[in-house]
Order: sequence, then C-alpha cells, then structure tokens
Amino acid sequence: MKRHLISAADLTRDDAVLILDTAEEMARVADRPIKKLPTLRGRTVCNLFFEDSTRTRISFEAAEKRLSADVINFAAKGSSVSKGESLKDTAQTLEAMGVDAVVIRHSASGAPYRLATSGWIDAPVINAGDGTHQHPTQALLDAFTMRRRLIGPDAGLGQDLAGRRITLVGDVLHSRVARSNVDLLHTLGAEVTLVAPPTLVPVGVENWPCEVSYDLDAVLPKSDAVMMLRVQRERMNAAFFPTEREYSRRYGLDGERMARMPGHALVMHPGPMVRGMEITAEVADSDRCTVVEQVANGVSIRMAVLYLLLGGNEPALTHPRTEEK
Amino acid sequence: MSKILIRGARVLGGEPQDVLIDGEFIEAVGTGLSAEGAEVVEADGKILLPGLVDLHTHLREPGREDSETVLTGTRAAASGGYTAVFAMANTFPVADTAGVVEQVYRLGKEHGYCDVQPIGAVTVGLEGKKLAELGAMHESAAGVTVFSDDGKCVDDAVIMRRALEYVKAFGGVVAQHAQEPRLTEGAQMNEGVVSAELGLGGWPAVAEESIIARDVLLAEHVGSRVHICHLSTAGSVEIVRWAKSRGIDVTAEVTPHHLLLTDEMVRSYNPVYKVNPPLRTERDVLALREALADGTIDIVATDHAPHPHEDKDCEWAAAAMGMVGLETALSVVQRTMVDTGLLTWADVADRMSFAPARIGSAAGHGRPVSAGEPANLTLVDSAYRGEVDPAGFASRSRNTPYEGRELPGRVTHTFLRGRATLVDGKLA
Repeated sequence: MKRHLISAADLTRDDAVLILDTAEEMARVADRPIKKLPTLRGRTVCNLFFEDSTRTRISFEAAEKRLSADVINFAAKGSSVSKGESLKDTAQTLEAMGVDAVVIRHSASGAPYRLATSGWIDAPVINAGDGTHQHPTQALLDAFTMRRRLIGPDAGLGQDLAGRRITLVGDVLHSRVARSNVDLLHTLGAEVTLVAPPTLVPVGVENWPCEVSYDLDAVLPKSDAVMMLRVQRERMNAAFFPTEREYSRRYGLDGERMARMPGHALVMHPGPMVRGMEITAEVADSDRCTVVEQVANGVSIRMAVLYLLLGGNEPALTHPRTEEK
Repeated sequence: MSKILIRGARVLGGEPQDVLIDGEFIEAVGTGLSAEGAEVVEADGKILLPGLVDLHTHLREPGREDSETVLTGTRAAASGGYTAVFAMANTFPVADTAGVVEQVYRLGKEHGYCDVQPIGAVTVGLEGKKLAELGAMHESAAGVTVFSDDGKCVDDAVIMRRALEYVKAFGGVVAQHAQEPRLTEGAQMNEGVVSAELGLGGWPAVAEESIIARDVLLAEHVGSRVHICHLSTAGSVEIVRWAKSRGIDVTAEVTPHHLLLTDEMVRSYNPVYKVNPPLRTERDVLALREALADGTIDIVATDHAPHPHEDKDCEWAAAAMGMVGLETALSVVQRTMVDTGLLTWADVADRMSFAPARIGSAAGHGRPVSAGEPANLTLVDSAYRGEVDPAGFASRSRNTPYEGRELPGRVTHTFLRGRATLVDGKLA
C-alpha cells in the first residue's frame, strides 16, 4: 500500500481486499467486552477537520481509540478556505508536535493531496473527505457492507465484488462518495451504474469506469445494491432540478420501487438521509437498508486503514504490537 | 558612445546582417558595416527581432506592490525581450481615471526599462455597471487606446455595446475577458474529464465561446473593433475564424501557457497551474497553435500575472489565479511554434511585436528592422537550451509553471530606443 490514503483510486485490488479482510478482524473487536487493541499505543493521530462532520470525525476517533492511539481533534470551523495559509501552518504545527498521522477533512478538493505531497509534513495522510473529490474510507466501508451482505463475513474473506451490480443514485456531480465508490467498486470487479438527472452528472463522466443512466426504474431490477446519495436542498435553487417533488418522483426510492429490486438486493445510504425526498421512511427503516450497519462498519474500516498505514502488515489480532517510529 | 553595431545577427531569422544603431534610431542594416566609433555586439547568428510588445501584462502597481511594481515588472519585461507592455487596469485603485493611468505611464517612463502603456478600465471599478471616463483616459498624458475590465468580463451586453461604440471616437479598442459569469460560478479549472475526476468546479469552454460569439456580433452591428483576450478553446478559434471570414473587425490573443500546458497538469493540485482562463485540453492546445500559425489568432500576449508565494503555497481552491510569463514567453513560443515548424521567426516578429503594437496603437513599437526606424530591438540566442530557474527572475513574483523545465532560447540583449536594457542576459 501507499503511505497515504488520498483517493480510492490509489488502492489496488489486493490492497482493497487486504483492508476489507483486516476490517473483518477489527470488527471482532467490537464484539469483545473490552473493545480495544494496543496496536497504536504511543502513537498520536490528529483529526484535522476544516469542515464540519460529526459522524466521520467520531467514527475515526472511535477507530483510533480502539487501537489505543492518542487522539488530537482539531476543528477549524469557519477558518477553512478563507485563508489558504491555515492548512500549511496548521499542518506544520502538528508536525512539530510529533503527530504520527493526520486524518484530514477539507472543503477544498485536493487539500489532502497537497498536504501529503507538498513537503509541508512527513506523517501519513488519510483523506476523510475533500470537497467534491474523494472520501475513500466511505467507499471502503460501503464495499465492506456489500461484501458482508452479499457474500457473508467469513465466506467473503479474500473475495472481491466481481460481477456484482451496484447502482448509485442522486447527486453524482457534487458527491465525493460517488467518485470514491466508482473507483473502488470498479477495482473490486463490480459493475457500477450511476443514475441521476443529467444536470447532476459531471461533464467528463464518460471516462469513468461505469455506466450512466437517467432512468432509475430500468436499472433497479438489475441491481444487487442501490446506494442513494444525499441531495442538498440548496441544489434546488441552482436549478439542478425543477422541484423537490419532481426529483422525488423520478429519482427517489420508495417501497414500490424497492419492490422492483431483486430479493437479495440492499439499499444503502452514506447518511445523513433526507427522508421523504431521496428515500421514503418505509425504505429507510426496512431491513434491506444498511445505513446503521454502514456506520458500525465505518469504525472497523477506519481501524483497518489506520492499522495498515501505521501499525504494520502483520495480522491485527494474533500479533498486536507497537512499532518503533 | 551612442553608436552600437550588432554584428552578424539574423534579422527576423534571415541571413546574417549587421545593424548599426545611432542614438535612438537604426542608422543602417546591411553586410560589412563599419564598426568605427561604435560599441560592437557580436550577434553571431542570433535572431534579431523588433522589440517585443505585450498587450496583456499585470504590473500590480498601484496596490499590490508585494506582487510586482512597475519597476520590477518592466525589468522582467526587458529580460524577456519586451520594449513595450500594456498594463492591465485591475490595480488598486482601478485604472479607471486619467490620474491612475498617468501615474502608471509616468512610472514606466521614469524607470526606463520598457515603455508602459496603461490599459484603462471599461467600467468604473471594473464593476460592469457604468462606463469609466474612457475619453479622459485617452486624452491624458498616457494616451490610452486599449480598454479592458480584464479579470472580469464586461458581461452586460448593453454596456459592452456602448463601450464598443464609444471608443470609435478616438480609435480605441475594447479588450474582452470572455467569461460568462453565471456559467463559471465556483469554477476552478477546465470543465471536462479531469475536473470530473478531481472534483474541482468546472469552467466550461462555452462560457468563453458564448461571450466571444456575442461580442463579435456586437462589434459587427456597431461597426467597431473588438479584441479577445487570452483565447483558450478550440471553439473560440472557430468563432473568431468565422467572424474574420465575415469581415468583422476582431483580433485575438493567446498566452504562451495555453500553447503548451493542458488541464492534465491540474492533477498535481499544484496551484501554480491555476490560471484564468484555465488550462484546457490537448485538443484545444493544438487548435490554438494552428490558429496562431494561420493568423486566426493575431498575437501572443503573456497575461503575466504575478502573485506572492503565499497566494500559491496553499490548497488549490484558496490560491490566486495566474502565472508570470514575461521572462519565459519567447522560449515557450519557440518551443511550441518555431521548433515545431508552425511559425518562422519573421512570423514570431509579427505575432509578438508588429501585430500587438498595431492593435494597441503603440507608437514607435512593432516597426520594421530597417534604417530610420526606432531602435527597439531584441536579440535571441535560439540555440540555447536550459532549465527555467525562477530564482533568476527579475519579476518580484516566482509563480511560474516552468520551474525546472527545459525550454529553448534565451534573450541576450534588449534595446529600448537604442539604449541597452539587457546585455548578455543581464539587466543594464
């Protein structure tokens, strides 16, 4: 694996499967009475959040603490892009304090890449979401959820998602989740279809390793998993679609549409959900919907990523250790 | 000593000749000219061009003297072989009054490295709402003939129409920064395959092309002339080609960086590649080269846009747009146009001196290299090959995309009205 995790496209098929398999081991920790490994004892990880995201930050923090890392949370709300110097200066301050890894969330696409490649710091950088670019641990936890549901936790070990048909629905244009998922699912052998109104599909999508459709109903019966993407209400004002109701009618997932999916197919959502618009309560609360599992799996995946980037390549549970820096 | 003999230079790339300068003028051009009483510059097969003229420079003074000043900017210009630069109006305060343009003009004269011809703003404060006092700027000591809100588009069709009509009274020209503002809200880079992947806001080609199409039609309707700044797309080329074929009085410029670099560079997220209009695709680059070769695009203009280090050493979205260009322009043109066989050196003289001087009405510049003409000259060692080292730039800013890149050609001498401003690559 590379030193940093900036983009889902950085991962080879074997890297990705290794992370998913490691996450299975990590998931077992959650079933223990004491949910903690000594793997990153003495290591300091900074969660550098220039953009609000309570869910992602808590997920990373839980993962770091379960691996016994010391955690620094840095929230730079409001100061994000107002002055570019803040990222460089903040990063160098953290470096001077001996931080061993930086988990960064930023509203600017490419900020984690700049952090990792500009020589500002030496520590490994994990992208926790940058602008409309990438959110690789989200894609990993989604793939992990799919593999568990579609193949099974134990049977899935060593497996990818070859031949599985995955559909992503909604605001692809502004979605780092969609970009990450297209890259990772393709690497894992899945067939990905994006479904959205044409206004919410980026110009240039033709180079992505996926299909694009404007017709959700046509795609649903051929889907092993349907991932709904969040649609921000402010998109309405920018004329990406006429009304919330029209969007909902054409691209929302309700019970009737869910019934057209194969019996084994999952409904996924990265959260937070806008109930009623992109997904009805009936679907969100059904047992096909994996939203809560996705959250739990997120901790396992982030543990796996931190472990592999910082802890070493030995099996997580049989030889837990703390490495010299 | 007021006489200088440039010996054995290939004038406009032709056979070696001698050029004798006496005072501010060229006294003679020929072979075997006497060196008596003259300082001799051994040109030894170097290319002699008329002093280059840049129709699109940002000197930043007044207001952003931390990026560039008239002094540092004109020193950079002399280093790059320029004897005249047109200074854009987006300073602080904006060059929208006779007072500001006269100040910039006077600073250029005082420093003496290069003539500075201020460009006046089209609208007050570049706000696009109300015409600036174009006539007063024209009548000022600066004698402004080119007007531009560069950095911003004159997007209101009525204001643009009025400006085009108004400047006819004194032979002025409106230079348009073609950027439809609504189509480029949040734009960070060329909209296409790379922006889709990088998740950076797209600046679509049509935002440039739709304004150019509108403006050539307006120019035709009111019988005026319009100049298109930093044209960057294959589609824009087609529109200008069509307009010219229809007899519309339009001229267009391309920057060196749009002739060489593509949006693939943005994959590095390095803001040194952040520029407006953005770097486009390989297809656009090739179309621009072809259009410059066939004359659809009239000139090369640098869009020299200096920014201090801190405005570029940050994340992409926070970074300023622009790159410096005066000191590398000729090398990039040699690399993309001459070494590829698309242009001769005589063509380069046209695209970088004769034509820009004509479009901007720069008296005494862009003149033939012949007896009796002002001695504004540039001597180029076209055989030189070397890596670009921004540490040696005269510009106060270093935001060049070419650091460490090998580029051909080097300006060794620049003469402004017979006085050397650059000698053996060093500022005089």
